[in-house]
Amino acid sequence: MALLSKKDANLILDPLADNNPITIQVLGICSALAITAELKASVVMAISVIFVLGVGNVVISLLRNVIPSKIRIIVQLIVVATLVIVVDQVLKAFAYELSKTLAVFVGLIITNCIIMGRFEAFALGNGPWKSFLDGIGNALGYGVILIIVGFFRELLGSGTLFGIPVLGDPIAKTGLYATGYENNGFMIIPPAALIVVGIIIWVQRSRNKALIEEA
Amino acid sequence: MGLKEKLHETKLKFQGKKMAPAFNAIHTFLYAPNETTHSGAHVRSADDLKRTMNMVIMSLVPCLIFGMFNTGYQHYLALGEIDAVTGGFFGSGFWTWDNFILGFWKILPLVVVSYVVGLAVEFVFAVIKGHEVEEGYLVTGMLVPLIVPVDLPLWMLAVAVVFGVVIGKEVFGGTGMNILNPALTIRAFLFFAYPTWMSGDKVWVHGAVDSAGTADAISGETVLGFLAQGKTTEMAQQYDLADMFFGFIPGSVGETSTLLILLGGLILVFSKIASWRIMLSAIIGSLAMGLIFNGIVAAEWIPEYSKFYSLMSFEYWQHLLVGGLAFGIVFMATDPVTGAQTNRGKWIYGFLIGFMSVMIRVFNPGYPEGVFLAILLMNVFAPTIDHYVVRGNVKRRLKRLKNATIYPKVSEGAEALKTETV
Repeated sequence: MALLSKKDANLILDPLADNNPITIQVLGICSALAITAELKASVVMAISVIFVLGVGNVVISLLRNVIPSKIRIIVQLIVVATLVIVVDQVLKAFAYELSKTLAVFVGLIITNCIIMGRFEAFALGNGPWKSFLDGIGNALGYGVILIIVGFFRELLGSGTLFGIPVLGDPIAKTGLYATGYENNGFMIIPPAALIVVGIIIWVQRSRNKALIEEA
Repeated sequence: MGLKEKLHETKLKFQGKKMAPAFNAIHTFLYAPNETTHSGAHVRSADDLKRTMNMVIMSLVPCLIFGMFNTGYQHYLALGEIDAVTGGFFGSGFWTWDNFILGFWKILPLVVVSYVVGLAVEFVFAVIKGHEVEEGYLVTGMLVPLIVPVDLPLWMLAVAVVFGVVIGKEVFGGTGMNILNPALTIRAFLFFAYPTWMSGDKVWVHGAVDSAGTADAISGETVLGFLAQGKTTEMAQQYDLADMFFGFIPGSVGETSTLLILLGGLILVFSKIASWRIMLSAIIGSLAMGLIFNGIVAAEWIPEYSKFYSLMSFEYWQHLLVGGLAFGIVFMATDPVTGAQTNRGKWIYGFLIGFMSVMIRVFNPGYPEGVFLAILLMNVFAPTIDHYVVRGNVKRRLKRLKNATIYPKVSEGAEALKTETV
């Protein structure tokens, strides 16, 4: 017997590709632009969002029958704010340098449209287990894109991956740099992320024509 | 069997196949097609897309040739092997064989890389999409080598051309559908990706980068570069007004000679390819901004130690002679695809290009030039400008319709029919 029923598995797998929050729903773009210059920051951001969205969805789902609908947004905000502060404090305690790189963007997870979107669209109407899967699935879909973008931006922009030089030393001109190669400064600045995300969207939609919207 | 028949036969052989557009392109590039329309009403005109493009390329050739001479001239001048040119445009020491040969061998690879890479991308997209290869790249391919520094590494140019043609043009649907000028997209990519090769005092003169740090180090600061550092007197010692106008100054390959750009601009205006409205309004715009800056300096609103002081006090009309402003106005802003389409829109579009170019030039902290940024910005706004011009027109005519007196018909026994045209 499979670990998850087919329906449950789809809750996780769908947002990874055919219903990806970034490339299909085009949500959560701000943070995808801001923190993907380094792979490490992308991974940490992805993990943070997985935690916040997974736990947050469960909490909202458990509370869904007692939240008065008029103040549900405030309740959702309190839940997500609490979780984000937890993440922020953990990062400050155990990965201070990284929390400085991520700066305000951890705090801004609160405003990430994906999170409020899943609370509203899914957790308010489904049980805790399903909500948990949906939260994990959407956060993973977000994280996958973040990591792909972060990979290309760090590799082409700084010549490193996770901070480790992989193309040689740009100052001492070793490795690839000996041939005259230079880092692409364009990849460091946020607009490059927009273009990389655009290219991912382009590739994805030309592989699966069903995703192309009617003009 | 001649080449033409052979090409025609290959073309027929591949008809309906995947590679057909590629062969068709080679055929139409070299020869007129065998098939012409025989019946029906057609507007006959000699200037199709291919001829329009060729006209622009021809107007660029003087700048290209001058760029070759200037590359050699700046190089030997910096080395101290020759003296500064004297005696006007055809003065001695500039139009020499040595200068030309050096520049030729430096600039030819740029042109070749630009065309080969750009056309390869066009071919690939034509084959994938199954449409014919369009002539769109012909002009871009000639513009690109003219707006980059001469020592730019060729692989960087190739990467930038791929980026510019794919992201700047093909994703929007190819020639005629692009929002941004592809040549400027290529330059913007180079500028943000490899800033050390696109600005500073080393890149404008051939050999300066290689010799940096050695005893033979040479440099060639541009006029704007001097001004941005507040070295007004050094600039005035090195370059006079005639140098700026004739183009005996360091800069991107084809942008230095205002005189020859003017010539190219006249060709474009008289062949009715480029819009004189855009050119004129862009010149007015840059003069306006220059005058405002001069006014600020004259009113002593800005202290002399300010880092903007030198550029602000630069005589307003001289802005047109230095940097890429003239080249941008004549060859880039007038791109019929990315510019404004309505006549009134062209005035606004051109004015803002000139205005912003000088503004960015003065206030840009990193690099004292901003023409390409201003034109790209206005490219984005061109459809908006057109939209409001068209809406304004509709509104005005609606109002006229409302106020129009419509008389009864003659047959109803009233005065003559007199309706105002709407």
